[in-house]
Amino acid sequence: MQDKGKIIAGLIIFFMILTFPFWYNRGAASPAPEPELTQKAKEAKVCIADTEYMRTEHMQVLDVWRDTVVRDGKRVYVNAEGKEYVASLSDTCMDCHSNKAEFCDRCHNYASVTPYCWECHTYPEEKK
Amino acid sequence: MENSRRSFLKIAGLSVLGVSAGSMLIGVTPRLLRASDGDAQPKFTSRPEAMTATRWGMVIDTRKIDHDLNMKLQEACHEIHNVPDHVGISNAPRHEIKWIWPTEFKHAFPNQEAQFLSSRLEHTELPVLCNHCENPPCVQACPTKATFKRDSDGIVLMDFHRCIGCRFCMAACPYGARSFNFRDPRPAIKTIRDTFPTRSKGVVEKCNFCAERLAQGKLPACVEASEGALIFGDLNDPGSDVRKLLDEQFAIRRKPNLGTFPSVFYIV
Repeated sequence: MQDKGKIIAGLIIFFMILTFPFWYNRGAASPAPEPELTQKAKEAKVCIADTEYMRTEHMQVLDVWRDTVVRDGKRVYVNAEGKEYVASLSDTCMDCHSNKAEFCDRCHNYASVTPYCWECHTYPEEKK
Repeated sequence: MENSRRSFLKIAGLSVLGVSAGSMLIGVTPRLLRASDGDAQPKFTSRPEAMTATRWGMVIDTRKIDHDLNMKLQEACHEIHNVPDHVGISNAPRHEIKWIWPTEFKHAFPNQEAQFLSSRLEHTELPVLCNHCENPPCVQACPTKATFKRDSDGIVLMDFHRCIGCRFCMAACPYGARSFNFRDPRPAIKTIRDTFPTRSKGVVEKCNFCAERLAQGKLPACVEASEGALIFGDLNDPGSDVRKLLDEQFAIRRKPNLGTFPSVFYIV
């Protein structure tokens, strides 16, 4: 252990560089964005299920919708309260949540997820 | 305490049992709780006005078909399904996408003896589309089950979400009814209808017998535009319009020798 000093100094520098992103960005983390509701969505008060469920499970709901509509041909969704909805992203979801940029994209960008729904499905802003 | 092999095995066995029982409880409890918090579970149904059949089929009365009507059928179909016009808009005829299109008798029925064919058949073009075969070779070819025959009504459908663009189905289809999106379709769509999704680059598409319209209780767009030249109905129902017509008139199907059993019939 003749080079004890050099090794320790080297290790300290190494760990500083390794943890650089963490302490450099400390406190600068942007807060989680809140999705913005349209007037129509506010008036409806509830989505097809409660907000907490929709927030965590909407992707599973959409996945089940897509498989059931496309493969089984059943196009009407009846929620737990017995209310009927046409199972359609463009026609039902985007009818209330017609603000894709503020409602969908804000959180998706924050969480760095890029769903490819919009390669095929239309959303209201696109209407000409 | 002296460690023996016996006591070690005892402890090991008990821990395995404990861990597996514990993880099972963790996994099962929320599901049990969820199941007990109300018996009303979400479910799926169809619209009450939806049209149903056990095997949808079409009869095309070629005596009523002319060029203008062919164009009208194609326009009606391609417009509501957001089918891109690569021939007109992108000037790329080799990337053409078609769901229903006119073709000559000799191309629609290459196995049919056509010497001294009646001049009416020789010169008119017939509309051709996906035949929604009873025994569809495209479905057998698809490696991802993206194309499938719907058990309930016999329509051969595409699940664009699952299509990987391998084009085996195009090679398998003896009628050339399938087209591949070699390029992004959106720039070539005149007006994008938001009642039907567009496709993305790299998927195969074809006629879907207007499954989305049947679910709303409407006839297929081409049938609606055909002024009575196209008749649509349940082939398994002896009282349906198509069966009555087939009972009265002699009709042929495309390439019957292949054993695909098309659901589209042509009165010649």
